[in-house]
Amino acid sequence: MGRDGGVSCLMRAEMNMMSVGGMESAPAPSDLDEVHVLAVDDSLVDRIVIERLLRINSCKVTAVDSGWRALEFLGLDNDKASAQLDRLKVDLIITDYCMPGMTGYELLKKIKESSNFREVPVVIMSSENVLTRIDRCLEEGAQDFLLKPVKLADVKRLRSHLATKDDVKLSNGNKRKLPQDSDPVTITPPLTISTESSPPLTISHDSSDSSSSSSPVEMFSSSPIDDDEDDDVLTSSPEESPIRRQKMRSPGLD
Amino acid sequence: MDLVQMQKSLQDYTKSLFLEGILDSQFLQLQQLQDESNPDFVSQVVTLFFQDSDRILNDLSLSLGQQVVDFKKVDPHVHQLKGSSSSIGAQRVKNACVVFRNFCEQQNVEACHRCLQQVKQEYYLVKNRLETLFKLEQQIVASGGMIPAVELGF
Repeated sequence: MGRDGGVSCLMRAEMNMMSVGGMESAPAPSDLDEVHVLAVDDSLVDRIVIERLLRINSCKVTAVDSGWRALEFLGLDNDKASAQLDRLKVDLIITDYCMPGMTGYELLKKIKESSNFREVPVVIMSSENVLTRIDRCLEEGAQDFLLKPVKLADVKRLRSHLATKDDVKLSNGNKRKLPQDSDPVTITPPLTISTESSPPLTISHDSSDSSSSSSPVEMFSSSPIDDDEDDDVLTSSPEESPIRRQKMRSPGLD
Repeated sequence: MDLVQMQKSLQDYTKSLFLEGILDSQFLQLQQLQDESNPDFVSQVVTLFFQDSDRILNDLSLSLGQQVVDFKKVDPHVHQLKGSSSSIGAQRVKNACVVFRNFCEQQNVEACHRCLQQVKQEYYLVKNRLETLFKLEQQIVASGGMIPAVELGF
């Protein structure tokens, strides 16, 4: 979806300076197929966590600490209509709602007002479950609203939405079933989506922080994540296995 | 203590933190984000949380210590601390912040002072417990062992 909105694939030189606190900068042209997420949060702890959540789901991440920095990154910080040919590839913008200066809502509005980025899905995160707030954001065009603290299941769901938006018909919203769901442990190869309007999206496992044996995007499909978040937390399947999740072994005693 | 015993101790210790409500499931979320490529993720995030929180608690003490308390300054700090404690699963700190915010809204200085004490107490508690947890983990790793998964059963 983000690919239709006049967002082409070239990179601006200025992008590199926008990385805050050692966060990853925007993707190089060779990484065009990877999903690039712009994350906005004034809280350092939350930025670190959301960045990791996204990267473990095979996204490239640029994390900034304010709405102003986000606009700067997107080249929307000046008023002149951008006629520039080189634009950023941003597939998703995820922003905190409550931020000093510019709120996530205000940032959302500015993004939706821009011709370059209005097609990019914007997700709002908030620690407060206020219906009027949620409604306002959705009305303004937000793609989704996540309640903090953000969980792995939330990001997986977002990620799958990005992967399948233009292609697979979802009969029941986000709760899709893959053919393999009879065996929830099966790892399927990464989805390759081809549509007329966008280049193939291949979920890359080159990112340094995915364990090579797992395909995080696939794993959640066997259960409706929205309902079973807690189950997902406590009983995540072995394939996602970081070191922590490995069963105890008696160390070399046998 | 041999490795197996250390691993068991760690498991029991971790479980106790959940049972006492000091940590909630969000901490488990963080653990799921740790793997071979990011083996210290949890302790890194938690360390950042400690640094952030120390600063916030300091600011709060200053703000509440003023002759005339400016709640417009106090509330954002508490909000921030509530957010970060929630993000790492420090449940009791988060809950104390929720109470704190209510009294900020009421502009009740007395109550806010008490809340700050409560938040500090909970914060030092979770800090202490997590530092112990990380030490246990380090001992296991130093002995060549692996950190066992937490089997919680609830």
